[in-house]
Amino acid sequence: MQLELQGITKRFPGVIANDHVDLVVRDGEIHGLLGENGAGKSTLMNILYGLYSADEGTILIDGEPVHFDGPGDAIDAGIGMVHQHFMLVPVFTVAENVTLGTEFAHVGGRLDRQAANDAVRDLSRKHNLPLEPDVLVEDLPVGLQQRAEILKALYREAKLLILDEPTAVLTPQEADDLFEAMAKLRDDGRSLVFISHKLREHRAIADRISILRRGKIVGTADPRTASDEELAELMVGRPVDLVVDKPQSSPGEVVLDLDDVDIADEDGVDVVQGITLQVRRGEIVAVAGVEGNGQTEFVNAVTGLHPIHDGRMLLLGDDLSDHSRVELLRGGIGHVPQDRNNEGLVGRMSIAENLVLDHWNSEPYAQRGLMQFRLIREHADHAIEAYDIRTPGADTLVGSLSGGNQQKVVVAREFDKDNALLVAAQPTRGVDVGSIEYIHKRIVEERDEGTAVLIVSSELDEVLALADRVAVMFHGHLVGPFDMPVDKGDIGRMMAGATPEEVFGPSGVPNPGAGGDQDAGERARRADAPRRGDGEVEA
Amino acid sequence: MSSDMQPTLDDERVDPGERLTGEESLRDRLIMAVTGPNVTVTILAFVMAFVVGAVLIAFSDEASREALGYVTSRPSDFFTAAWDAITGAYGALISGALGSGTGITESLLAATPLILAGLAVALPFRAGLFNIGGEGQVIAGGMFAAYVGFNFPGLPLVVHLPLAVAAGFVGGAIMGFIPGILKVRTGAHEVIVTIMLNNIAIVLLDWTLTLPTFIGNATLSPKWLPIADSADLPTMFGSRLNIGIFMALVAAVVIHVFMERSARGFEIEAVGLNPTAATTAGMSVGRATIWALTLAGGLAGLAGSVQTLGVSDGGVTAGFSGGLGFDGITVALLGRSRVPGTVMAGLLFGALEVGGRAMQAEAGINLDLVGVLQALIILFVAAPALVRWLFRLDRPSRRAKAKEVTA
Amino acid sequence: MTGDPLVTRARRFGTVAIVLGVFTIVVFAIPNAGVVTTLSLESRLAGGAGSQIGSIDVPVLWSTLVLGLGALALGVALWMGRWRDHAIRAGGAAIGLFVIAFLLWAARGETLFVVDLARLSLRAAVPLTLGALAGVVSERAGVVNIAIEGQLLMGAFMAAVLASVTESPMMGTVAAILGGVAIAAMLGLLSVKFDTDQIVAGVVLIVFATGLTSFLASQWLTVSPDMNSPATFSAFAIPGLSSIPILGPILFDQSFLVYVTLAAVIILQYGVFKTRWGLRLRSVGEHPKAADTVGINVPRTRWLAVLLGGALAGMGGAFLSIDAASSFTEEMSGGKGFIALAAMLAGRYNPRGAFGAALVFGLSEASARALQGFDVGIPSTLLLATPYVVTILVVSGLIGRLRIPGASAQHYSTE
Repeated sequence: MQLELQGITKRFPGVIANDHVDLVVRDGEIHGLLGENGAGKSTLMNILYGLYSADEGTILIDGEPVHFDGPGDAIDAGIGMVHQHFMLVPVFTVAENVTLGTEFAHVGGRLDRQAANDAVRDLSRKHNLPLEPDVLVEDLPVGLQQRAEILKALYREAKLLILDEPTAVLTPQEADDLFEAMAKLRDDGRSLVFISHKLREHRAIADRISILRRGKIVGTADPRTASDEELAELMVGRPVDLVVDKPQSSPGEVVLDLDDVDIADEDGVDVVQGITLQVRRGEIVAVAGVEGNGQTEFVNAVTGLHPIHDGRMLLLGDDLSDHSRVELLRGGIGHVPQDRNNEGLVGRMSIAENLVLDHWNSEPYAQRGLMQFRLIREHADHAIEAYDIRTPGADTLVGSLSGGNQQKVVVAREFDKDNALLVAAQPTRGVDVGSIEYIHKRIVEERDEGTAVLIVSSELDEVLALADRVAVMFHGHLVGPFDMPVDKGDIGRMMAGATPEEVFGPSGVPNPGAGGDQDAGERARRADAPRRGDGEVEA
Repeated sequence: MSSDMQPTLDDERVDPGERLTGEESLRDRLIMAVTGPNVTVTILAFVMAFVVGAVLIAFSDEASREALGYVTSRPSDFFTAAWDAITGAYGALISGALGSGTGITESLLAATPLILAGLAVALPFRAGLFNIGGEGQVIAGGMFAAYVGFNFPGLPLVVHLPLAVAAGFVGGAIMGFIPGILKVRTGAHEVIVTIMLNNIAIVLLDWTLTLPTFIGNATLSPKWLPIADSADLPTMFGSRLNIGIFMALVAAVVIHVFMERSARGFEIEAVGLNPTAATTAGMSVGRATIWALTLAGGLAGLAGSVQTLGVSDGGVTAGFSGGLGFDGITVALLGRSRVPGTVMAGLLFGALEVGGRAMQAEAGINLDLVGVLQALIILFVAAPALVRWLFRLDRPSRRAKAKEVTA
Repeated sequence: MTGDPLVTRARRFGTVAIVLGVFTIVVFAIPNAGVVTTLSLESRLAGGAGSQIGSIDVPVLWSTLVLGLGALALGVALWMGRWRDHAIRAGGAAIGLFVIAFLLWAARGETLFVVDLARLSLRAAVPLTLGALAGVVSERAGVVNIAIEGQLLMGAFMAAVLASVTESPMMGTVAAILGGVAIAAMLGLLSVKFDTDQIVAGVVLIVFATGLTSFLASQWLTVSPDMNSPATFSAFAIPGLSSIPILGPILFDQSFLVYVTLAAVIILQYGVFKTRWGLRLRSVGEHPKAADTVGINVPRTRWLAVLLGGALAGMGGAFLSIDAASSFTEEMSGGKGFIALAAMLAGRYNPRGAFGAALVFGLSEASARALQGFDVGIPSTLLLATPYVVTILVVSGLIGRLRIPGASAQHYSTE
């Protein structure tokens, strides 16, 4: 199918999400759509899929103009979508999800489970996407859930598949499997639109890419010939500093000391096992890893939101478990949570109120139980200035700020404290490039002031840019940490489950002998602890 | 992944438009509050409710019903009769409530428990909780207060009365504490628990009405032993109005200060707006829940004590709580869960109740119409979108709609 | 040491079973040597053929002892890890044994009309079941229906008036359905179209329905009592089936609405889980966006579910005024709408489960009345509180964590 978008424009109050977008997806090609978070990619795709209607412009399929009133029309026209957040009902089986809306039924409406299962089995065999139809979706790992999404689209005989940030929740290996499947679908004659903000993925799979910036298409390129810098510049509008200017670190005393820590989830199942790690003053330890490998529980445990199950966690020699969350937040730990909307900020409260959210009932912001609003506002004015938060005033509701400025509010709150340890999870997710640079700069400043910094991020580039030492989280185990520099590809492999021995050779470390591994001595002493990444992981 | 905020485009910060940014002067804010769309909606809600009420009156008044029988031949008769009925009823309503000194004191008297019951719903609302247990809390409070009231006849007023009132607060607070602790420990939804406790309280009340300890010898039309004079709420102005109204107003002020200025109140508000962020910041959802519900129960308990220690003989009878629990919900909804609004709503509904009695006595329209009016007002207030749609008003800040952008 | 949630749950039920068993033995059995409860299988109330098996004298000591030991045994087995997967059933069985023991004990020295008790329980369960089904259907589509109480009242009022005017209980039932649907339509309008909080809308509608029916009742019905003398439903026996010993007079000698209720349970249980309609209904309640993207009309599905619920609850109301009673009284639903909600929760949003819970609640209501004359030792008035206490226990997690449909109470808007 050839798909053409002409002049597609979509406005929301105050904002033009898509600005006269022209796009051509040729028959039988994988067309990549590259753009920052917030550039308008999802809006465009939602229009294409019939969830939104464009204010202006035409959509042509094989030369004929079409109009969609809803997803049903788009499906009928042969467009299928694999959403970033899956459109799967967790408590239904794969077959039920795939056939939803066009179910197999006997006379009278009684569901024909057998027929549905058979049909799904046939389909998955035909496209070489093996999947058991009678399994509940919620029991499947993420990669297989995505497969169900794809089968759902194929079931409806999609000739054009749109994949919206499909690799966000996949390991590099699963992503490779996906790319293989995509290539096969293309070779079978389908067109695909592949949305991602990661340059290297487009390199891997796209035939052509279009770059979207602030709602406009700013260029189309051949990913194989254009350079990273050229593409990034197109995306962002100016030369992007992919590396943070970072002086060498000089680490001091151990601040955070984790010894063989196990963390269990609410059902009592261990999601994190055997973590041994030390973070020192004046260094940044960055933990890479695809989301869903225990990072959330890990960060929550280290910051006092979640109890640990086994092992020891010490903060400057003091057992973390002896303290409540509040005590920790006020006693030397700064925490930038991974989800600022849900966890970091109260949208309908003002900036000033949010800035004192974790000190709300302590001196000087509250005295004898009463809040001191004048002081709170003064503090806010000062923070707005110091952290370059773009806002009309301290009383503005935080919910009306942009993502980057919201994150700066969280950063202002957490960095302003006298921290021994700073823990930041996904610190620049959903943040514009300018703010990313600013926040990274601030993180390095914190480090240089003597704070121990622990970063957890699924953005490999961020990890590489910030880390003095890098570790990888995989299936609840911590691999490393290793002194930087470590090759990006090596980290990627470990994110997919490779052991250090497999990656670096028998020494288990990069560059043995050069620069040294500060934890080597520690590890040697704890050598009777079970090796990590040993294949003892759940399949 | 839902949240109370939507992502906005990078640096295209959304201009909040008419929404307050904190920069406006007090004068500006006042003007906006009075003329803003929310007030318009509320007024229109009233108008709508009274219109529907008028229709009901027209069709239930005897004279107009008769005229309806031959409306095709002499339509004017029907309209005249209907108009008379409507003006008569509403006239009686207004004059009954506000037209005389007695009316006003009666209105204030009726408003007293309503304000307290309304606060008992409004406060938990701010914490994201729905307290439907007002009825049970009022009953418990009323019983506790009455028990202290009839059991220590020797005490001086200055001691006995506060003691009884305090007992009422405690009784209600216990009934508020239970759903709170259950929610925190077991996750049990407070809506269900409070509803069930209401019924349990009613059963317990009915049971006490069979026990001589409480009712003495009055087995025929059971009611509790009368309150000692030293525990009666003193009246004022030679009317039935007692000092309970001051209690209610003081409570309102206390709760207002509590919510707007205290650290505990700040915690409750944050928890209500975004419990996850509050927890991450070190606040305790459990603590906020229990505080909010227990305080609320205490407030409703106070309402109960006003009932039993107040009006003339006072005392506890079956149904002395008279639907205060649900009335409190309507008051809180009308007052949008803010203290000043709740007080005004309480006063309004108190006036309506008194006016309704007059309406019943003079115009023959049953008091239940007031209940319908109240429900209609709330219906339209609770669905501002409905009113706007009916009157084709614009939404308050159209540009705020940009918050709903998903890029 | 990791905690297997199933084992914890089994242990919790086990503890309950053991406590109940011990209590039964100590309080019910041991002090009552020589006391006898007469169980009569005669039915004094059935319209048709009553079972003539007669009555049995049951010795309290031995019977409750056996029951208590049974509960105890179940409890111990649960503690030892048996029946991990069936903890609910085993626990439920233990509770059942306790209830039987309680009844035997409470009626010691007197006669307990068992068949009548069962009949009354079933009848008491009718409005509860219909209300609970209304809740289930709405909730499965993602709409919280708190307004059941209001729908019952509206149904009761309409049924009484129409059945008086037309002298036909069937017409009354039709009117009741319309009344329930009207309230449900308002709920739908408020929550699906106008984005009002569903619980607030439900509460407001209850206040509205109560006020309106009370007003109309006092304004019209007291003036014209002939509008409040409805023709009522009476029981009729299904030939053949009603002669089955014991079960016959209980199940097959009932009135129209009871049969409708039984049918509704069966039909809905099948419908929700085995048909296309049910799959789509549940998809809308679990993940409306997913349903939308495959072309299912989410608002329409929710509307229809809410209206269906209203119809069911309306019928429940009809039962109140033209079957269980013979006129409309103000606020006659008396909280049954809330018990229906409780039954829905206890039944875990399944029609079958809701019916089961409604039966239990019906039993407690019927027992309170049956035991009224007896010298039980605890005031029978207090027994009336049983459904409420039980509900609180259920909602607090005695029956494990309750899984609410994924998108319950969330507004869903398409652009």
